Amino acid sequence: MIVLHLAAASNIFSKAVLTSLVAGGLLAGVPLMFTALGESISERAGVLNLGLEGMMLLGAYVGFIVAYYVHSQTLGFVAGMGGGAIGSVLMVVLCVWLGLDQIVVGIAITLAGGGITSVLQGAQFGTSYPRLGAPATAAIPLLDKIPVLGPSLFDQPVLVYLGFAFAGFLAWAFRATNLGLNLRAAGEKPEALDAAGVSVVGTRSWAALSTGALAGLGGAYLSIVGAGIFTPFMTQGQGYMAIVITMLARGKPVWVVLGSFLFGISLSIATALQLAGVNISTDVINMLPFIAIIVALLVFARRSYLPPALAVPYLRGAR
Amino acid sequence: MSDSVSIPAQPEPTDVIVAQPPRVGRGSGRVRSRRAAAAGDALVRSLVPVILALIAGGLLLLILGRDPVSFYSDIWKGGIQQGSWEDSAMRGAPLLLIAVGLTVIFRANIWNLGYDGQFLIGAALITGIAPHLLSTPNAVSLVVMFLVAMAAGAAWTIIPALLKSRYETNEIITTLMMSFIGIGVANILVKGPFQDPTVNIPQTRVIPLDHMLPSIPGTRIHVGVLVALAAALIAHFVLTRTAFGLRLHVLGSNPRAAAHIGINVRRLIVSAFLVSGALVGAAAAADILGVWGYMRANWNPAYGDTVIPFVFLARLNAVAVIPFIAFFAVLSNGGDLAASNAHLPTDFLLVLVALILLFMTVIEYLGRRRGLGGSYLTPGLRAALRVPLLRRRRASEVCR
Repeated sequence: MIVLHLAAASNIFSKAVLTSLVAGGLLAGVPLMFTALGESISERAGVLNLGLEGMMLLGAYVGFIVAYYVHSQTLGFVAGMGGGAIGSVLMVVLCVWLGLDQIVVGIAITLAGGGITSVLQGAQFGTSYPRLGAPATAAIPLLDKIPVLGPSLFDQPVLVYLGFAFAGFLAWAFRATNLGLNLRAAGEKPEALDAAGVSVVGTRSWAALSTGALAGLGGAYLSIVGAGIFTPFMTQGQGYMAIVITMLARGKPVWVVLGSFLFGISLSIATALQLAGVNISTDVINMLPFIAIIVALLVFARRSYLPPALAVPYLRGAR
Repeated sequence: MSDSVSIPAQPEPTDVIVAQPPRVGRGSGRVRSRRAAAAGDALVRSLVPVILALIAGGLLLLILGRDPVSFYSDIWKGGIQQGSWEDSAMRGAPLLLIAVGLTVIFRANIWNLGYDGQFLIGAALITGIAPHLLSTPNAVSLVVMFLVAMAAGAAWTIIPALLKSRYETNEIITTLMMSFIGIGVANILVKGPFQDPTVNIPQTRVIPLDHMLPSIPGTRIHVGVLVALAAALIAHFVLTRTAFGLRLHVLGSNPRAAAHIGINVRRLIVSAFLVSGALVGAAAAADILGVWGYMRANWNPAYGDTVIPFVFLARLNAVAVIPFIAFFAVLSNGGDLAASNAHLPTDFLLVLVALILLFMTVIEYLGRRRGLGGSYLTPGLRAALRVPLLRRRRASEVCR
C-alpha cells in the first residue's frame, strides 16, 4: 500500500498531471470567470442576481441547441448570451423597474431556468444526449511552443482571449469611465446618482442585462466547449460559486479572474488526481470548492464586501 | 379611565406580515366587515398566483405539444384518486416540516437556503444509526432517531449562523455552500461507513418495516404526518403568542430596533437558525422513517426548493401553509404520473413552482399599490380598459 502511494506521489508532478491541472483549471474557470464578471457588474450596481444559476443553464441550453443545429460555435455563444439575457429581462422588469424582491425573483429564475431547460431537453432528445465536435482553437504564435504548458494554455478558443481582454476592459471601465462611476454610484448611494441627473433604473437595467448575457455566455462555454453536451442542471452550483467569488473579490475584475481560476483548478483536481493514480471519491472532490469558499469566508469574513444598496430596490421618492 | 372607553374596538393584529395600515372602524360591525375584506383580499392574493401559474403551465404544455387537460387530470388521478391521496399526505409530511422550518427563520428576515444539506445529513445519519438501534424498544429508537436528525440539521446551520451573527456575512451564500458540502458528506457517508455490504448498489441497510413509523389505524398514512401537523400548530403558537415569536418578528422588521430595545440579536439569529435546521432535520426523519426506510447514494429529493413559494403565499403563517402544502403534495405526487404519461421530466413541476413565485411577486406588487390607495392596474392599463367601460360607468354614476 505504502509503495503504491509513493508511486502515486511521484506521479503528481508528472507532465500529464500538471497539464491537466492547469488546462482543466482554465477550462473550468472560464465559465466561472464570465459569470462572475457579469455578477460583479450587477452587484456593483446594487442588483443581487441569485438567478445566475438559471441564466447559466438557459445560456448553456440555448447555446448548445444553436451550436448543434447551426453547426457554428460562434453563433452558439451569441445565442447563449441571448438566452441568459432573456432570463435577466425578468429580473430587470420585476426587480429593477417594479422594485420587487430580488431574492425571491432570483430563486424563481433559478428554478425556472433549471426546470425549463430540463423539460425542453427531455422533450427534444428524451434520454439521449447528443454531442458536439471538438471546439476550434486559435494558437498564439511562439507562446504555444513553450514546452509542457504551452500547447495546453496558449491554444484556446478565441473567446477565452476575448474574456481576458474584457476583464481588463471592465477593470478600466469601473475605475476610469463615467459609466463605471454611475454603476458604482447605483450600488453605493442611488439617491446621489439620481440627484446627479442619471437614471438609477436605467443604469441598473443595463447592468442586470449584461449580467444575464455574461452568465449565458458562461453557460454556453460550459456546454459547447467545456462538456460538448448539454445535461440538465449541468452547472451544479457554479452560479452560486460565481456570486461568492464576486463577493470575496469585492467586485474587482482582476481579483474575480484570479478567484475564478482558483476555483476552476479546484474543480479540475479530480481528473488530475485520477491521472496521477490517486483515487479519491468524486464526492470529496466535488465538495472541495465549497469547502474552500467556507474556509475563505471564515478567514476573510470581515473583508468580504457588498455595496450598501445591494438588493435594495430603488424607488424614486420612497424613504 | 374615561378615555379608554372612547377608544373604538381595533381589529386584532391577525397576521403580522400583511402590512395593513391600522384601520380604526366606527363600530364593531364595520371592523368585522373590514377584517373579512382583509382576509378575503389575502385569500385572493394567495390563490390567484397559483391559478395563473397553472394556466401558464398549461399554455407551456400546449407549446410543447402535450395535452394540458390530460396532464392536469393525470395529476388528479395520481394525487387523489384510488387511495393515492394517502401517498400525497405522506409526501406532505416532510414538505410541511420544511415549510415550518423556513417560516420560523423567514420571519426573522433571515434566509436559510441550505435545507437540502440539512435534510440529507439528517437522513444519512438516521439510516446509518438505525441498524444499531434494532434491539431497543421501538418508541425509544424512533424518538432517538428524530432527535439525531434534528440535531444534525441544526448543527449544519451553525457556521452560517455564527458568520451571520458575528460578521453579518450574507447567509444566503453561506447556507447554500454548506448545503453543497452537506450533500457531499451525506453521499460519502452512504457510500462509505453506512453502506450495506450485501448489495452492489451504494445504499444503506433497509430499516425493517416494524421499526419504521407506525401508521394511523385504518390508513396507510404514517404518524409522521401528525407530527408535522403538530409542529405547524406549535410553531404557529410560538410565533404569534410568545416572547420568542415577537422577538423574531421585531428582528425581521428592523434589526436596529431589535438591538435598541435590548434583544440579544446575535443569540436570536443563532437560535432561529438552530430551530429552522432542527425542523428540516425532523422532515428528514419523517421521510426516511415513514416512507423510504433506507437511503441511496446521490438521492436528493430537493423538497425545500419547491416549498419556498408556499411559505410566502401563506404569508409566513405556520398554519396557513398547511393547505398550500397539501395542494403541492397532491401536485407533486400526481405530477410524477402526469409527467411520465406526457413523456416529460418531472422537472416540469419546477417550472410550475417558479411561475407561482413570479406571479406571487407581481400580485403582491399590485396588492401593495392597492393597499396604498392605488389600483390593481397600472395607469396605462386602466385607461385602456376604461374606454369600453365608460358608458356603463357613466350610467352607474347617474344612479348614484
